[in-house]
Amino acid sequence: MSANPASEPAAALPLRDVHGPSALGGGSRRFFDLLWLTSVTEFKRVYFGTVLGYLWSLIRPLMLFGVLLFVFTQIFRVGTEDVAYYPVLLLMGIVLFTFFQESTTNAVTSVVAQEGVVRKTQFPRLVIPLSTVVTGLLNLVVNLVIVFAFVLAFGVEPAWTWLLFPVALLFLFVLTAAVSMAISALYVRFRDVQIIWMVVAQVLFYGTPILYPVDFKESETFEQLLMINPLAVILEQVRVWVLTEPDAPTAVEAAGGWLGLLPAAAIFVAVCVLGVWVFRREAPRIAENL
Amino acid sequence: MSVDNVTSTFPAADRQRPAPQEGDPLAIQVEDLHKAFRIPTHRVDSLKERMVRPFAARDYKELRALDGVSFEIRQGEFFGIVGRNGSGKSTLLKLLASIYRADRGTIRMAGRLAPFIELGVGFNVELTARENAVLNGVMMGLTPAESRRRLDAVIEFAELEEFIDLKLKNYSSGMLVRLAFSLMLEVDADILLIDEVLAVGDAAFQQKCADAFREMKAAGKTIVLVTHEMTSVEEYCHRAMLINDGEIQQIGDPGEVGRHYLQLNFERGGDAATQHAGDGGEDLPVRMIDARLEGASGSEGRVGTVEHGEEVHLAVELEAREDFKGLDVGFLLANADGVGVATLTAAVGGDGYDRPVAAGQRIVVRSKFENPLGLGHYFVHCGVNRAFEGGIALYVHNAIEFIVYGASPGRGLVALENTTTAEIEGGGSA
Repeated sequence: MSANPASEPAAALPLRDVHGPSALGGGSRRFFDLLWLTSVTEFKRVYFGTVLGYLWSLIRPLMLFGVLLFVFTQIFRVGTEDVAYYPVLLLMGIVLFTFFQESTTNAVTSVVAQEGVVRKTQFPRLVIPLSTVVTGLLNLVVNLVIVFAFVLAFGVEPAWTWLLFPVALLFLFVLTAAVSMAISALYVRFRDVQIIWMVVAQVLFYGTPILYPVDFKESETFEQLLMINPLAVILEQVRVWVLTEPDAPTAVEAAGGWLGLLPAAAIFVAVCVLGVWVFRREAPRIAENL
Repeated sequence: MSVDNVTSTFPAADRQRPAPQEGDPLAIQVEDLHKAFRIPTHRVDSLKERMVRPFAARDYKELRALDGVSFEIRQGEFFGIVGRNGSGKSTLLKLLASIYRADRGTIRMAGRLAPFIELGVGFNVELTARENAVLNGVMMGLTPAESRRRLDAVIEFAELEEFIDLKLKNYSSGMLVRLAFSLMLEVDADILLIDEVLAVGDAAFQQKCADAFREMKAAGKTIVLVTHEMTSVEEYCHRAMLINDGEIQQIGDPGEVGRHYLQLNFERGGDAATQHAGDGGEDLPVRMIDARLEGASGSEGRVGTVEHGEEVHLAVELEAREDFKGLDVGFLLANADGVGVATLTAAVGGDGYDRPVAAGQRIVVRSKFENPLGLGHYFVHCGVNRAFEGGIALYVHNAIEFIVYGASPGRGLVALENTTTAEIEGGGSA
């Protein structure tokens, strides 16, 4: 102990109200420090923890990519010549969706898995699901290096619109975080949330233009339907901004005008509000509901 | 901080600062705190079930863990909270630590609170000691940089320099405890909440804990200790509080609170004692009619508690069911851990078995001794043996159960009658 026992106690400290556990709990600086530190340590653990560490986290999307590329160029002929850069489009879609899917599925059980921390310490509850998303994001950034190597290798010219890519990532991150907050808090009370979410994520995979480009059916109704899905909007913009296909419709065009994007925007906002609301509502009682 | 520094505090226990007085600044102020847990009679734990029967009655029982608790703890005070299992003491601690949220009432605190109520929670066994230590520091409210700076001191105190980059899953339990403990010591918090911390670890570790408590007390930290071990409360605490059924029974001098607590304990324990004390079964040749602890004067009748240093009177009545040439009776006195402390024996009818025992005769066994026992819970097992043929005539496990209270005689099982002196050799003055 560094304190000198003989010294007088420090000047009287003022009394402050204690409000009990909350999502943020204990100040924003501590919150962000903890979020960053837990995310980075977890990332490092996966990355350096095993011999093939990082390779494993890359191998899944790459395998999926290889299989799908074969199936959809050789068997079903979706990725034909009319879609420039189909392989890169597929790879980009898979990597971005993998971030969404892995972060959320890891988040579902995260709060329950950290039971000891939740029940025995004053740990800001929100850090737990969010750190799975931040860890996923760090993984995504590393994977994107490889995606961009492919992008350049396929002869895509760098364009100023690449600078807009982080905007798309930001929207994707916010959406992923909001979903993670909602489902991790709900899982504490309803254990079938995990199974339900797995199914929903699977549906979303096919409901997002990853295997097929938005414009592949040449049907406006089909495109407009797809654009209800916020993930589809984000991925389509990435296609426009990064892959710079001249023929690719922007999200606005695919949705048939700005009005057509309203449903997606409404869903996006609703998911965010729901995530924050559910987590804030459940956070104070997570310890006793576990 | 060094090992020497901590271990050397024991002889200097006298330099404790005076107990905080009325009017000193408050560290914790709790007003009218209520907390109830809702226990659903039928738990709906899947969304499917909720969807299928959205209006299913959501019946629940309300378990009142805390019912209007108010108290104040002053800065620099070592405050003990005792209570039986389920009395609400751990709930109170979790409310103070912001792990649970109160239903009603306010908690106010001054200064930084260490956010742990148990040693070693929050460790991630997949991470190394270094990573865990830094993470712990940040949980305590340090910046990652500050936390890294303290790392060396923590590891040095825990004597784990060689294992700093080893994952915690490869640590022995002893190493884990050392790491957890040294992290706890490094908490530069103003208020510490500690739940039964002394209950873990081996003797050496408990000693280290005890030393650290004295050190923290001397450093003027506010410490709230929740335990059901009265010895540590009496040893360290300035004041203590007894909680029962979610309400405060008593706040005040640790000795008095301890006595009250042990009595409370015994009231409940008493029922169990009579269940244990069967009459030894029908087939045995000796039957136990009664077994009791009598008051100090021997005339107060049945009691359940004895003060340390007072006389203990044990009385057992037996009935012989057949004729015996000679019988030996004995009591085995054991503590709550099942460790035998002493045996008390006698020959029935005098040392030479002068009078044989006839069937139907009653035997009264009385034993008294000045109570040297440390504070705690004790059991008396009663046995009767045939003196000549050999063989057991009766054995009753837990025939008597009692509690020893009073001023703590210090560590150890018993207080010895002793003469201990310490003189300085050689003449003259320095």
